[in-house]
Amino acid sequence: MKMQVKAVISRPADGVMGKTGAWRDFRPELDSSKCIKCLLCWIFCPDGCIKRADDDSVSIDYVYCKGCGICANECPKQAITMKREGMGE
Amino acid sequence: MAVKNLPREELVRPGSGGCPGCPSSLALRVTLKALGKNTVFAIPACCAVVCLGAYPKTAFDVPVVSIAFEASAAAASGLAAGLKRLGKQDTNVVVWAGDGGTYDIGLQALSGAVERETDFIYICYNNEMYSNTGIQRSGATPYGAWTTTTWTGKTEQKKDMPAILRAHGLPYMATAVPGYPEDLFRKVRKAMSIRGSKYIEILAPCPPGWRFPMDKTVEMSKLAVDTGAWALYEYENGQLNFNLKSKSILEKKTEPKPIEEYLKLQGRFAHLFKPDRNEQVLDEIQQRSLADWERFRKQVECGVA
Ligand code: SF4
Ligand code: SF4
Repeated sequence: MKMQVKAVISRPADGVMGKTGAWRDFRPELDSSKCIKCLLCWIFCPDGCIKRADDDSVSIDYVYCKGCGICANECPKQAITMKREGMGE
Repeated sequence: MAVKNLPREELVRPGSGGCPGCPSSLALRVTLKALGKNTVFAIPACCAVVCLGAYPKTAFDVPVVSIAFEASAAAASGLAAGLKRLGKQDTNVVVWAGDGGTYDIGLQALSGAVERETDFIYICYNNEMYSNTGIQRSGATPYGAWTTTTWTGKTEQKKDMPAILRAHGLPYMATAVPGYPEDLFRKVRKAMSIRGSKYIEILAPCPPGWRFPMDKTVEMSKLAVDTGAWALYEYENGQLNFNLKSKSILEKKTEPKPIEEYLKLQGRFAHLFKPDRNEQVLDEIQQRSLADWERFRKQVECGVA
């Protein structure tokens, strides 16, 4: 008898929990003019939502950023500030 | 290695199930940068399995065996044996487990795997409680800490898991924190370069479980080192080597900050400060920590671990 092996296999995907940006109460905003490209925000974002470009400049992935504020807390130049979501401009 | 030189490759996808500010997610990103794609994980019941997401999707770009609470090191043994048979010994077999799955429920399988000298890396991210089930005490919960099952503060000391591992005579073990990613990266790479069973324990300050603001995860982990509540070290060839600030604390070049500075920022210790200071317990915690350091000094001095 031929044995059948069956396993439940998940495949890699972005947003396994949906667009987690919707979890945010506060939104990190980056002032690139203050940024010294130290990349601390990049390495410390638990969710990989600080994107590192080829020239080591950084940007924020708002689709998935959960708004924890670690990037703002760790930035040595205060280049990132947390702003309340949905409170006008 | 400077932060700039850490690999760009991301092997965890954004949009995972981790809480905002999750120390496990942070440490896992750094760990996977060190491990690279040629890696297979065994993960027991723990927060990280929630981070993975639910079928049919996973946030991990490396294969993961999701396995029962007690069985991750047993699964890793099987994976290591299978890969050996296939001639793929260059693949990293890694367990990523919480302290519940390490100190308590997974201890037997871990002990067995290390005793069999299984070629794998066991990584425990230690948030000092069963976090994803709702903050129950574990064998890693420190004395005095509130959890939902120790609501007046834990009355017992945590167990010394790293010492239990060293007693197995394994070739390498190390401790790390998310706040020093280069140190963590180096230790994972070091573990990869050694054959046999390797153990790395990462302190994982958990904002919802420890009751502190979610932007302070990195800060809290550094404060644990500065106050001596957590020691950064490596164990190799029967010797303990301390790293970064823990080295200067060990060598008495730096006084550890009062441990209170670390405790008072965590809601799980709030009952030690309000409504009245519990001087007795605060003092016990401080003295215990200083005694731990004295023990470390003696171990280093005498070359025993
Ligand atoms: S707020 Fe948190 S999740 Fe968002 S980019 Fe900053 S560190 Fe990452
Ligand atoms: S931490 Fe601040 S200065 Fe450093 S790269 Fe990020 S935004 Fe720029």
